[in-house]
Amino acid sequence: MNVNSVKLNDQTIAIEENRVPPTEKPVVRSGKLRHLLNAFEARTWRNIVIGIPYIWMLLLFFLPFLYVFKISLAESIMARPPFSTLFTWVGDAQVSINLVFDNYLLLLQDALYTTAYLNSLKIAFVATLICLIIGYIMAYGIARAQPTMRNILLLLVILPFWTSFLLRVYAWMGLLANHGIINNLLLAIGLIDKPIQMMYTNFAMYVVFVYSFLPFMILPLYANLEKLDATLDEASADLGAKPVTTFLTITLPLSVPGIIAGCMLVFIPAVGEFVIPTLVGGPDSLMIGRMLFDEFFANRDWPVASAVAVVLLILLVFPFMLYKHFSAKQEERSP
Amino acid sequence: MKPLEEKPWDTQPWLDKHKKPFLEIRGVTKKFGDFTAVNNVSLEIYKSELFCLLGGSGCGKTTLLRVLAGFETPTEGKIFIDGVDVTELPPYERPVNMMFQSYAIFPHMSVEKNIAYGLKRERLPKAEIRSRVEDVLELVQMSPFAKRKPHQLSGGQQQRVALARALVKQPKILLLDEPLAALDRNLREETQFELMNIQDKLGITFIVVTHDQKEAMTLSTRIAVMNKGQFVEIGTPTDIYEYPQSRFTANFIGSINIFEGVVKEDRLDSHVVRCEDTECDLLIDRDSSIHAGESVWVAIRPEKINVSKEEPADHHFNTVRGKILDFGYLGNLSVYNVELDSGKIVKASAPNRNRISKHRVDWDDIVYLSWEAANTVVLSG
Amino acid sequence: MNSKRNYYLLIGMGFGFAFLYIPIILLMLFSFNKAKTTTTWSSFSLRWYQVLFENDAIINAALISLRIAVISATVATIVGVLAGIALVRFGKFKGKTFFSGLMVAPMIMPEVITGLSLLLFFVALEDLLGWPDGRGMTTIALAHITFCIAFVAVIIQSRLQGMNEDLEEAAMDLGGRPVRVLFDITLPLIAPAMISGWLLSFTMSLDDVILASFVSGPGSTTLPLVIFSKVKLGVSPDINALATIIIGIVTVGVFGAGWLMNKKEKAYQRDIQMAVAANK
Repeated sequence: MNVNSVKLNDQTIAIEENRVPPTEKPVVRSGKLRHLLNAFEARTWRNIVIGIPYIWMLLLFFLPFLYVFKISLAESIMARPPFSTLFTWVGDAQVSINLVFDNYLLLLQDALYTTAYLNSLKIAFVATLICLIIGYIMAYGIARAQPTMRNILLLLVILPFWTSFLLRVYAWMGLLANHGIINNLLLAIGLIDKPIQMMYTNFAMYVVFVYSFLPFMILPLYANLEKLDATLDEASADLGAKPVTTFLTITLPLSVPGIIAGCMLVFIPAVGEFVIPTLVGGPDSLMIGRMLFDEFFANRDWPVASAVAVVLLILLVFPFMLYKHFSAKQEERSP
Repeated sequence: MKPLEEKPWDTQPWLDKHKKPFLEIRGVTKKFGDFTAVNNVSLEIYKSELFCLLGGSGCGKTTLLRVLAGFETPTEGKIFIDGVDVTELPPYERPVNMMFQSYAIFPHMSVEKNIAYGLKRERLPKAEIRSRVEDVLELVQMSPFAKRKPHQLSGGQQQRVALARALVKQPKILLLDEPLAALDRNLREETQFELMNIQDKLGITFIVVTHDQKEAMTLSTRIAVMNKGQFVEIGTPTDIYEYPQSRFTANFIGSINIFEGVVKEDRLDSHVVRCEDTECDLLIDRDSSIHAGESVWVAIRPEKINVSKEEPADHHFNTVRGKILDFGYLGNLSVYNVELDSGKIVKASAPNRNRISKHRVDWDDIVYLSWEAANTVVLSG
Repeated sequence: MNSKRNYYLLIGMGFGFAFLYIPIILLMLFSFNKAKTTTTWSSFSLRWYQVLFENDAIINAALISLRIAVISATVATIVGVLAGIALVRFGKFKGKTFFSGLMVAPMIMPEVITGLSLLLFFVALEDLLGWPDGRGMTTIALAHITFCIAFVAVIIQSRLQGMNEDLEEAAMDLGGRPVRVLFDITLPLIAPAMISGWLLSFTMSLDDVILASFVSGPGSTTLPLVIFSKVKLGVSPDINALATIIIGIVTVGVFGAGWLMNKKEKAYQRDIQMAVAANK
């Protein structure tokens, strides 16, 4: 280690010759007060940043929901507000709690509600499945396109998403109506001789659901597929796998997180969807979002509407928890 | 100018008992949940030192640096800089600055603005800011690039900006987190010496975190080797390389051969050690802490081993026979892996002083390895 | 790559894009139809645009919607940015799990439930405090902000996670106090995410039917509400005209933003290449 000792000698010489004493910084003021002020500043800052969104969401999201939960346990009465109170003061320091589970019992007993719940789940599930098939093909195609094309194709997928949801549903009303474009076209070709009833059927619901939610499926799938190394495909082919085998054994398993994310993004909002069933759904395609709306506005039955909401949320929490559980496991696995 | 009469502590202040340390770390512990990143370390660093924290990833060196910078508050312990307790001070109140491994150059500000940022926070007059920025740009030879945006700079230039930005604040201590790790190998060596020159010129205390032992050896006045959140050894590069205390340090810095044995005999100026792996006994220099009957580890660096095909004349001690298992030609030197009869593999290396057209040894050749007792080290743990 | 497979994929994508775009294109096409039908073409005319602009209810609703959207997007961006910073930069704090749950919940919660609970809450609040005084723009904006905060927070969160914390630490190391660092470093660097968050909130507010159905009042009919009530009765060519205008604005906006970003990115890449070349 000769180098080092030489260097040390050089250093002493250099110090003698051209060391400029560094200008002293003002001495750091130290002391209890200073520490306190610093801690106070840091803490206040944290409290503000956390506090504002926290209080906002507590007040305008959590509290209202608790209130809905409370009302769902009350009785419908003709008053303003049109429900009974849960807590009544009885004499001194005595509270009688008046919980009513009738609203929930009603949901169980009335076939209309159970049908609506099941129907919502069924329609959302089928729509999610169709979205997955179409979305997968498109996401895969975009991910495997030329890099310069990818962004343009992606933009084309996102573009309808930025235009109004309502207007996208509306676009199909003109297509599916009895005297709509599709029927007119089929009549003109001579394939049919009287219009097919498409509007206000389950068929219309599926078409419009898939159309409206497709971008939500494509985006997470694409994000996942794009990250997959294309050389994995090549490695698989190099090891003798046919394209179909490569897809089934390499690409598909690796895209499971994207599939799950996409399905969640479609399924969850689809269950509670209100606009589509109202505009294109028929009398036989009852969905719970619409039921809730009608219960509240048409029947003015707040407690039942609240109970409908609570049950709907419970139905949705389950798949979401499943998703959370799965994505947490995924994260654990990837370093 | 002739250097004045030197005392050893002019360059090695840690040897002077009366000198006050500039930075004092007293029993600092940092825990993250159950994980103890830094475990009760104490250290004194003196003014104008270039001190290296050396260790593998996850040894706690970066955490310690972040504690010094004020990004982490120690779970226990205190830190004093120039006699002032700074343990509770936030980063923006501390008289230390840090050069980040990623350089952390603000991408939305020009080189000039990046460097002026810290001075503006001190509310200095505009003229002073301008002149200090100019000076420091000059110092790191970046004056022509003052108006550039960070993404228009090469890696080496970004490194200089990061250095300048920290230096311009005239910190009492400059903390450097792997300052050279992101550079190409060629640039790294060049920059190493530049860093030393700048430190020399300004006399600022540098604390460098690195995982690269070569870098630590060339740069520093002293090195602290860290493992599992603790200091294994603190010393000058020469001390650490030539006289490592522990097996960890010996293995971590350079390569070394370690023989386990029992002290057979204490002599006047040496000890004789019996080792299972070698036919002959090992001779080591006299060490007052060693006594007959004790187990010891005897270590010898590969370059201090003499490799020869002929049996040395005096082969009573420190001579072993083995066959060449592997050898490698590295240009300036050749390295050999020699398998002893006991199965132990010994590493040896020899400089190629003469041009060789043909390898002097071949696989399975029998060779003799020998070394001087003075070149061995006894490791304690 | 296998060309046959490529071919199938191309056909699949072609059908997919046709499915996405044909309805929109037909919708736009029939806005120029002279007849009062949106299904059979007669001749080109701008008649429905005129009808649209003479419809005061629609124009007023559009103005109300725009005002609500600007306010909602702005407030949601501010609160969402704070939430994003709290989620990524503050490590653990008391109630963080609940906090992060609260921040994503509105995205999962069906809008009918959010709308219903907000309406019931506003009514109760009015009975209790006398505020808000009936339903109107304020309540709609509050509902939209609450809904949009979640989306902004998620966008900011992912941007901050991708951003090196070193930059903020470096600024602090150089003497920047926390608030200073926020304005000097964090905000400029997350500006693109803030813009996306704002735009997303703006469009969501402009597009919302469900929340507005619950919390709007008599004097505060938003554009989607007008469209919704009109469309429930069937198709009408002036809605096609309105859709064409909205889609036109969005298309120009999205492609314009894309083009600008592309240009910036290219200049950036060129600079990096030059810096690397200069170093050799």
